[in-house]
Amino acid sequence: MSDFSITIQMILVVFLIVSAIGVSVTKNLFMAVIVFMGYSSIMAIVWLFLEAPDLAITEAAVGAGVDTVIFFLTLKKVHALKGTREG
Amino acid sequence: MSDNRSFWQRLKGWIDGDEVIIDADKYISTRERKEIAPGEKRVSVEHVRSNNPTLYRVLCVGITLCFIVVMLMVVMDLPMFGDPGSPTNNEVAARYLESGIEETGAINFVAGMILDYRAFDTFGESNVLFMAVVAVLMLLQRDKKNISAVEDKEMAEDEVFDGQDSKIILKKGAKCLAPIVILYGIYVVLNGHLSPGGGFSGGSIIGAGLILYAAANGHKKMQTFFTVKTLTITSVCCLLTYCGCKSYSFFTGANHVGWEVPKGTPGDILSSGFILPLNICVGLVVACTMYGFYALFTKGEI
Repeated sequence: MSDFSITIQMILVVFLIVSAIGVSVTKNLFMAVIVFMGYSSIMAIVWLFLEAPDLAITEAAVGAGVDTVIFFLTLKKVHALKGTREG
Repeated sequence: MSDNRSFWQRLKGWIDGDEVIIDADKYISTRERKEIAPGEKRVSVEHVRSNNPTLYRVLCVGITLCFIVVMLMVVMDLPMFGDPGSPTNNEVAARYLESGIEETGAINFVAGMILDYRAFDTFGESNVLFMAVVAVLMLLQRDKKNISAVEDKEMAEDEVFDGQDSKIILKKGAKCLAPIVILYGIYVVLNGHLSPGGGFSGGSIIGAGLILYAAANGHKKMQTFFTVKTLTITSVCCLLTYCGCKSYSFFTGANHVGWEVPKGTPGDILSSGFILPLNICVGLVVACTMYGFYALFTKGEI
């Protein structure tokens, strides 16, 4: 494995940890969902580096796509999003 | 409540839908609170929090630190990533890698594993998804009892808004993207035994495409081809097909009948026995589930 690849992986892991802490620290729920989506996208790339492309596809589709939509809909349903009609 | 029926009679009544407690709402509102004996000591989180904030903070930090230390210790004891001596590198993995292609006919080992060696697990997982969407359907579906006049008005507004030419960017974007996303999902499902992917990933990509289409074009247009009937029939048919295929191969395999499904040439699109139809079944169930969640959370009906 080349040095370049290891550098990229280190950067990705740092981003991963930062966004994981960010999700739990953020008070704004809207922001937390967006950061969580970023976490899933980074995780998908990390799966690719770990040679698990199956998981990468699933993580990108479920974690970054469907999960985020369902989180937003739930927040809307419980009236936690400001600026919408229900909020 | 007369309790002189036998256990079986009560069980039968419960299954038939009898209330366990007659007038449960009345019972809950009128029941007596438990009296606290004067000498009894009660320790609750609120009690500690209001009376002793310092202790509360110390306990918070201490318990969290305990958990972190325990979990880090466990991680320290795990074998290193890629360690040849790790206990996961046993004869099971070696068997999969050595004779996987020969025994399942699938080039993608993961598909061969989850849909052939461990097909029973995958059947359970698909059933879990189906149960989840049925539970959400029971909880969130709109009927006469759980809808107010305000919500009705908002729904009517939404439908007018969907019909207008507003949100032009979303509509044009979805028109270009949704077919490509759905097509890619179908590709991933059909090539599950040849390339990375398979039923779960492809199905969720198809579901995401359907969600995009529904978000852009509104609920009315989606209902022209996808209703609750479509969801039920597709899911149930797929689960039954899965069940039938695997029952056949378990029965014939366990009894050495010998009517095996031909494996074909590994690498062809029509190869590897039951894996391709099983992938299609799982993919359809997952796609229906994903879209079902979206539709029930937004509108309360599919």
